[in-house]
Amino acid sequence: MADVPSDAPEHCPGTSSDQAGKSSACQGCPNQNICASGAAKAPDPGIHAYISIWLLKLVSSVALLDVDICGPSIPKIMGLEGEQVHQSGSGWSPVYVEDNLAVMSIGFLLSSPDDAVIWRGPKKNGMIKQFLRDVDWGEVDYLIVDTPPGTSDEHLSIVQYLSGAGIDGAVIITTPQEVSLQDVRKEIRFCKKVKIPIIGVIENMSGFVCPKCKNTSQIFPPTTGGAQRMCEELNLPLLGSVPLDPRIGRSCDEGKSFLTEVPDSPAAVAYQNIVQSKSSKPQQASLY
Amino acid sequence: MQQNKRKLNKGNLHQVKHVVLVLSGKGGVGKSTITTELALALIHAGKKVGILDVDLCGPSIPRMLRVGKPEVHQCDAGWVPVYADPQQQLAIMSIGFLLEDSDEAVIWRGPKKTALIGQFVSDVAWGELDVLLVDTPPGTSDEHLAVLENLRKHRVDGAVLVTTPQAVSTGDVRREITFCKKTAVKILGIVENMSGFVCPHCSECSNIFSKGGGEELAKLTGSVFLGSVPLDPLLAASLEEGQDFLQAFPDSSTYTAISQIANTLLSSLDA
Repeated sequence: MADVPSDAPEHCPGTSSDQAGKSSACQGCPNQNICASGAAKAPDPGIHAYISIWLLKLVSSVALLDVDICGPSIPKIMGLEGEQVHQSGSGWSPVYVEDNLAVMSIGFLLSSPDDAVIWRGPKKNGMIKQFLRDVDWGEVDYLIVDTPPGTSDEHLSIVQYLSGAGIDGAVIITTPQEVSLQDVRKEIRFCKKVKIPIIGVIENMSGFVCPKCKNTSQIFPPTTGGAQRMCEELNLPLLGSVPLDPRIGRSCDEGKSFLTEVPDSPAAVAYQNIVQSKSSKPQQASLY
Repeated sequence: MQQNKRKLNKGNLHQVKHVVLVLSGKGGVGKSTITTELALALIHAGKKVGILDVDLCGPSIPRMLRVGKPEVHQCDAGWVPVYADPQQQLAIMSIGFLLEDSDEAVIWRGPKKTALIGQFVSDVAWGELDVLLVDTPPGTSDEHLAVLENLRKHRVDGAVLVTTPQAVSTGDVRREITFCKKTAVKILGIVENMSGFVCPHCSECSNIFSKGGGEELAKLTGSVFLGSVPLDPLLAASLEEGQDFLQAFPDSSTYTAISQIANTLLSSLDA
């Protein structure tokens, strides 16, 4: 059978099979999905979108699930505002950016940009369960889950509901600042408690190169050594550092792919390196 | 005894003149930064201020004000807040003080968070305060509902909404505005944070997180635009070290921006 990865479990149905990710043989398969989590004390929500887009260069299909129920940004960033979710016999259909990049977010279920989702934990959990159970994702190599900041209902629910299917790991996102690292250490403890391997840490907003004079400024100074020192202390891989680029914010706001618009930006190059290193080493997630 | 306790509980907010929520839709836009700087600006204007930090999963206030991990004591009226200064002008309560290990994750679902926030609102002996600022986590969920429910007996003057200039951020703030309308919380104004960066080498201003979103949002929704705070590495560094930025850099444009916002806010509270 073609396309059975070398690290797949016995009886793997093959990554492009209908049963990919669903058969009991898929339990624990390292190619099934990646859960991307983040202590997003970082106002650039594009990271998961960009990781998804870059992954597509390496695999057949990617799905992006936005479980930030109160603040769903993914539709806007992916240029999908106003799109609707359709129901069919096989469930809800996700919204496709490309044929092989599927997205689901509560943003698609709101009728107006002013609609607030003022829900307590149980209702948010119910929505997440529906996203996982009722969306017809089809065949997917990677499922990336964008979570809100914190360690609460959304995070516990995602872990609980995906426990049967298996989570490859978490990607932790931080800025260089201690106020961000302080929260991210809690995210790391969370992962340890619920036994999610950590694939690595990405440091976002890591320096800014002035477009005029080309000098670098540390707008968010790494007063306690940034992500690098934290990763050394906690023995975690630092997947990469993404610098600040005003064009990222603009692309997010316009729903365009920054990676396509400005492929030579240092930030785009950083993303490329991160994805290439991450997708080639799924087994090296740290389990401490 | 029970009657006395009830009387005392009512009294915990009784001497708090104004209560202001600091909200945002998105994480990472600088709510805690703005809360901290507003508190410091109000103190420099001679006010007594309290900060209630209800971001249970990510409590940033203790570090930003360099209060470390002091013990929280009890008195007859309830919990004694931690004071950031010897003159007791700035009182703080945060779950950060209750964690033995600062890296410990608070992995609680909604109901448990709601219960602790209830205690924070009713059982902290704030004493006399001109303004109590409530720093919230991003979103419109358990914490926000819990704060409002517990503040129902007491007046909430309103909310300050923090955004960056980006549409992705203002998009979420529109939802916060809806939240405020639905819960009858007055919107005192919008603050645009991370509004441009002036390169220290060549003075070129770069709009790293886009431009103008906060002001546009204020116009669109008929809200007051309180002002913009630029991206300032000196501010970021001060917060990291728990230093009083306003005292250290009174000549900076960031100081001017923050002071103006604080003054506008005070005028609207006292009006």
